[in-house]
Amino acid sequence: MSKDRLSGAQALMRSLQEEGVEIIFGYPGGAALHMYDALFQQQAIQHILVRHEQGAVHAADGYARSSGKPGVVFVTSGPGATNAITGLATAFMDSTPVIVISGQVKAHLIGTDSFQETDMIGVSRPIVKHSFLVQKAEDIPTVIKKAFHIATTGRPGPVVIDIPKNVTDPEYTFNYSHPKEIDIRSYNPVEEGHLGQIRKAAKLLLNSERPVIYSGGGVIQDDASDELIELAKLLNFPVTNTLMGLGAYPGTDDQFLGMLGMHGTYEANMAMHNSDLILAVGARFDDRITNDPAQFALKAKKIHIDVDPASLSKIISVDVPIVGLAKTCLRQLIEELEKNKVKIDQDKVRPWLDQIANWRKNHGLDHDMINKPSKSGKILPQQVIQSLYKETKGEAYVTSDVGQHQMFAAQYYFFDKPRKWINSGGLGTMGFGLPAAMGVQFAFPKASVACVTGEGSIQMCIQELSTCLQYNLPIKIINVNNSALGMVKQWQDMQYGGRLSESTYEDSLPDFIKLTESFGHVGIKVDQLSDLESCMKETFSLKDKLVFLDVIVDQDEHVYPMLEAGMALDSMWLDKNTKTWE
Amino acid sequence: MKRVVALLMENQPGALSRVVGLFSQRGYNIESLIVAPTEDPSLSRLTMTTEGDSKVVEQITKQLNKLIDVVKVLDLSQEDYIGRELLLIKLPSGKDVESEVDNLGGMILFKNQELLNAQFVGTSEEVDNIISILEKVNPLEVVRTGLSGLSSTSKTLNI
Repeated sequence: MSKDRLSGAQALMRSLQEEGVEIIFGYPGGAALHMYDALFQQQAIQHILVRHEQGAVHAADGYARSSGKPGVVFVTSGPGATNAITGLATAFMDSTPVIVISGQVKAHLIGTDSFQETDMIGVSRPIVKHSFLVQKAEDIPTVIKKAFHIATTGRPGPVVIDIPKNVTDPEYTFNYSHPKEIDIRSYNPVEEGHLGQIRKAAKLLLNSERPVIYSGGGVIQDDASDELIELAKLLNFPVTNTLMGLGAYPGTDDQFLGMLGMHGTYEANMAMHNSDLILAVGARFDDRITNDPAQFALKAKKIHIDVDPASLSKIISVDVPIVGLAKTCLRQLIEELEKNKVKIDQDKVRPWLDQIANWRKNHGLDHDMINKPSKSGKILPQQVIQSLYKETKGEAYVTSDVGQHQMFAAQYYFFDKPRKWINSGGLGTMGFGLPAAMGVQFAFPKASVACVTGEGSIQMCIQELSTCLQYNLPIKIINVNNSALGMVKQWQDMQYGGRLSESTYEDSLPDFIKLTESFGHVGIKVDQLSDLESCMKETFSLKDKLVFLDVIVDQDEHVYPMLEAGMALDSMWLDKNTKTWE
Repeated sequence: MKRVVALLMENQPGALSRVVGLFSQRGYNIESLIVAPTEDPSLSRLTMTTEGDSKVVEQITKQLNKLIDVVKVLDLSQEDYIGRELLLIKLPSGKDVESEVDNLGGMILFKNQELLNAQFVGTSEEVDNIISILEKVNPLEVVRTGLSGLSSTSKTLNI
């Protein structure tokens, strides 16, 4: 253990190093100056200067989601802190380990409405897993240790550490030591599932004829993808993933049903609705999944594995709740099934798999649209995603913004590996995609990183193009440009008589090519299907460059299937004129 | 249905605001709330009453348990418990008022020619009842603490 006399700011940097931090995303300011001076005087941790604090938090979030390591952010007090709020709420809703360290005005000024003062602890309270207001320099090592422990264990989540400027004062030093372990008496997340519950679950699994495994972001957070695949293969069960769970089960596998829910595939939603057993793992039955909870999968028994006890029976009452980590509980389930000595009859579910295959044949997604010109003659957003998939061979990290393009990416890009699909599922934060892609690119400098976005979302954090130049980030931005806030427009088309209230821009969009070029990057525009694949190829051939591919697409395309509000999972719009119910 | 939840939390700044904030954030009502440090000064004990069916209260206790500062939660109303609150009331002076206080089981803590302060202890219903009876002597000020509770089974809220 190191025994040095350090200032609070130096102790902060040292503690972050001891936690293994390699990179910090941030933006300096008055109350953070001591922190930034200590940062300057060390080499172990790189700092990335963003152009807006929201970008810093999303970048740290993208870094965390793709690498599994916590993302760290520095911001100053007041506006620096409040600008980080959207990023914190995004990380909170998707349970990602992000640690925001905010400078605060000097302790004696707190509460006096001093310059750049905001009650960061109060403002962030409902959207953090926990927060700390550091009272004295000596507390910094313990607070950092606790913050990392809390952010990364159990159900992960963001943590805020607010540090008044006097606490980082370089004039005050103390004997630094970093605690090896900490004990938080009120925080002991359960890891292993209750054995009795595991046995009950195994029994249900063996007796089911129409099972579905429904897995979510928890499987990715817990790195439980291998266990999920092993269990599904052992039982020959079909698997559907939530928007947050894509990649946990290979998208190209035969047993994969695609995403479920609001814009889930026909076969995934039908399978859920008609199943006799749902095994939910690391998913939380949110409203985009269940539609009307009172009509949700009424014929199915439900097993629910989640590390957060509060997620169990919150919306849907389940028959076998299991509290524990997805990885551990799935392993326990596999062991229980294997030691049962009952021969697992993989053919038992054959009629059910045939039924699902039939649903897919009748109303499944068309993954060959790229070879079929649209009736309008315009490029369709689905074709853009298919072209991206083809060009990247399904191996890119794909971040997305929020809206139609996000749903198309989730539907048409097959993710075979976890942590490759990075999107704001819970909060639905427009502006997330580009800074998140920066975080991914920093975590994996050599990887191919694509940001699927729209002309609406990209403008919400477009200033980060400047950051991308400063650090030479060769991100490929795929702008699915329909000149409208597509998802808003879709709802207005479907439910508001086509009254497009404030969802178009009346020819006020920037020339994205010139805009990109002014930031020192390459822009490519395409508006003909015949040019799409060659432009996509060119985009990815410029390996060292950020390329902004502006694809002009059909404005009138909607995302289908789409669940009808207030009904069961089998009530879907399949296209503009076809619905599955009377 | 009225539910009583007791909890132990870290006795440090911010802990209470997290507990109270949780209620507004998740759309639960707090009917009454009472909090004080325990014999172990690092802990505070809090009792709150709320309205809700068992599903709602189960969610409330789970969400409370998730808060890092909350050490232990007990839904007192799940089993037998004793709930009491303290009523302090300021009444005009007078022999008839004093005998009324006495009849109702109260204790006079202070009196002068003009007014008296009395204290009552009881269940929330008893306190409601006492207040409505004393309405007729025109109380000058009424303050009640809200319910404090203790399980009357062998279950304890200790760490």
